[in-house]
Amino acid sequence: MSSAFEQRGGGTLEARPKITVSGLTMAYGESVVMRDLDFTVNERDIFIIMGGSGSGKSTLLRHLVGLQEPARGTIFYQGTSAGFWEMPPPERERLLRRFGLLYQGGALWSSMTLAENVALPLQEYAAASAEEISALASLKLALVGLSGFEDYYPSEISGGMTKRAGLARAMALDPDILFFDEPSAGLDPLSARRLDDLILDLRDSLHATIVVVTHELSSIFAIGNNSVFLDGESKTMIASGNPRQLLAESKDPRVLAFLTRGEEAGRG
Amino acid sequence: MDGGVSASDRTQSELPRPMEQVDLSYSRGPDGTLRVALGGDWTLERGIPAPKAVIEEIERPPLPRRVIFETGVLAGWDSGLLTFLLAVLSRCAQLGVESDRLGLPEGVRRLLALATAVPARPDRRASRPEPVLARVGGAAIAWWSGFGETLAFIGEACLSLLRLFARKARFRRSDLVLAVQDCGARSLSIVALINLLVGLILAFVGAIQLRRFGAQVYVADLVGIGMLRDIAPIMTGIIVTGRTGASFAAQLGTMEANGEIDALRTLGIPPMDFLVLPRLLALCLMMPLLCLYADLAGILGGMVVAGSMLQISPTQYLLETKHAVRLNDLFLGLFMSAVFGVLVALTGCLRGIRSGRSASAVGEATTSAVVTGIVSIVVATAIITAISYVLGI
Repeated sequence: MSSAFEQRGGGTLEARPKITVSGLTMAYGESVVMRDLDFTVNERDIFIIMGGSGSGKSTLLRHLVGLQEPARGTIFYQGTSAGFWEMPPPERERLLRRFGLLYQGGALWSSMTLAENVALPLQEYAAASAEEISALASLKLALVGLSGFEDYYPSEISGGMTKRAGLARAMALDPDILFFDEPSAGLDPLSARRLDDLILDLRDSLHATIVVVTHELSSIFAIGNNSVFLDGESKTMIASGNPRQLLAESKDPRVLAFLTRGEEAGRG
Repeated sequence: MDGGVSASDRTQSELPRPMEQVDLSYSRGPDGTLRVALGGDWTLERGIPAPKAVIEEIERPPLPRRVIFETGVLAGWDSGLLTFLLAVLSRCAQLGVESDRLGLPEGVRRLLALATAVPARPDRRASRPEPVLARVGGAAIAWWSGFGETLAFIGEACLSLLRLFARKARFRRSDLVLAVQDCGARSLSIVALINLLVGLILAFVGAIQLRRFGAQVYVADLVGIGMLRDIAPIMTGIIVTGRTGASFAAQLGTMEANGEIDALRTLGIPPMDFLVLPRLLALCLMMPLLCLYADLAGILGGMVVAGSMLQISPTQYLLETKHAVRLNDLFLGLFMSAVFGVLVALTGCLRGIRSGRSASAVGEATTSAVVTGIVSIVVATAIITAISYVLGI
């Protein structure tokens, strides 16, 4: 165990860039969604992508996980030879295997049991026997509190459990970077809180870097230590940094209005 | 860890991989402590040793008092280590052997705590296998309740039709127009093509037989009566089942899965009026029209074969057709196609609305709509043919 991993909190960990986005412009055909995005996600960050509805948060996520090609600009991942779209396809595929993605609705495959959902990525990519894979699948389900639900189908469990099962699948391959698309959408406050705690726990124990798209203020302040704020009006980012710091120091009325649910703007 | 080998311990590194990669050894101390030392790179990529050997060592009497872990030279780990440890720890707990996790890296301890935080729900596999009799009974009950649902659906559709005639049914005119366009104009080309080919085939088969008796000209009778009375409506019905009935089931099934149908119900709009009625009307109106085109296409196909194989001129062929075919034949075919339209629309909509809420359920609904549609078309043909024979139509 390298000792650098054991230092937690306290800010003694040197910030090493995990994802570097430079000059990113996102577009669907001719219509530009966001332009000139520049930000860095550091190793072991919980990085929040925030902004109003329709500001392009999910589109940015699609770019970060390689589902969509940028119109301009590059996305560079630590430990790779070039930007995502510039590197040779085999390397890109290897990189993709280090990602885990939790989709908004869970996106579990409905014809498979939870254990089979989690086991599929392992069967595809891990060099393990069937027995090991089933033990791994059970472990991942246990980590998200779904121990004993191996033989359930996605249609038989609740929304919160679907999210957690989706997370178990996202973690199947021990990813370096976990991406979450609106993790607390559609969850009751307690389940949302539990999911937030789980995200923190996973960051601290798996040493993963986590990128979260959300507009839940409680989650943003509870787990985020770095962020980027997208503004749909000006079609670019208007702030970045620690959300709590943004709340304390930002002068931008749009950022303040968002982070205080409009109360700050009402006062000013 | 003392290099894995010492005079007293029973080192068993029964793993096939080289020692410097994954290192597992264990030894018993004099005070009943089992020391498990883990070293090297414990990642899935390198291969993780099976926990069996360690578990056997723990089970070997006399039972150790406690198990401690040493990970001083552990270079790296991932979920593989966790599954290994979970297996060992759960066996320890079963045997009542104390286990000390302090020697494990902090991340591992946190994950183990997380994995065991929520008690496992009892496996339900145990209660799963059902006796054959129960399964047969269950299937029979399901069939019976499905039959009841079908009857209820037909009843609702009839009520909805009554509301339509009373001008109380609510649906959007544009839905009706769209459905008319989809099952009318857009189906025309495939219906015409298939029936043209069927007419060709019928004439071809008939021509070979009739030529032996010098009765070539009766090919026109065969094709005309065959197409008009039965084949054109059946072929059209089957094509429309595959094309439109399936799409109805998929549309409504997806709407059900998205909760759109519930949204209509909560607004007090009967889905039967809003969704089923326009589709039912559209098919009921368009099927006879499609069938008319199918009749023409079939006769045209017969004419082509008669002209090229039997040297019967088009005028001769049409005259003979006119001779043979009565208006009743045409009307019987058109009536049948209207009945098929109702059947296809009802089976498609029924399967869609009664579909489950998942992707596979929508698929099943579509399959079952097509199968039920075709079966009901064939059964209806048999019934109508028998009745028309009795009535002398």
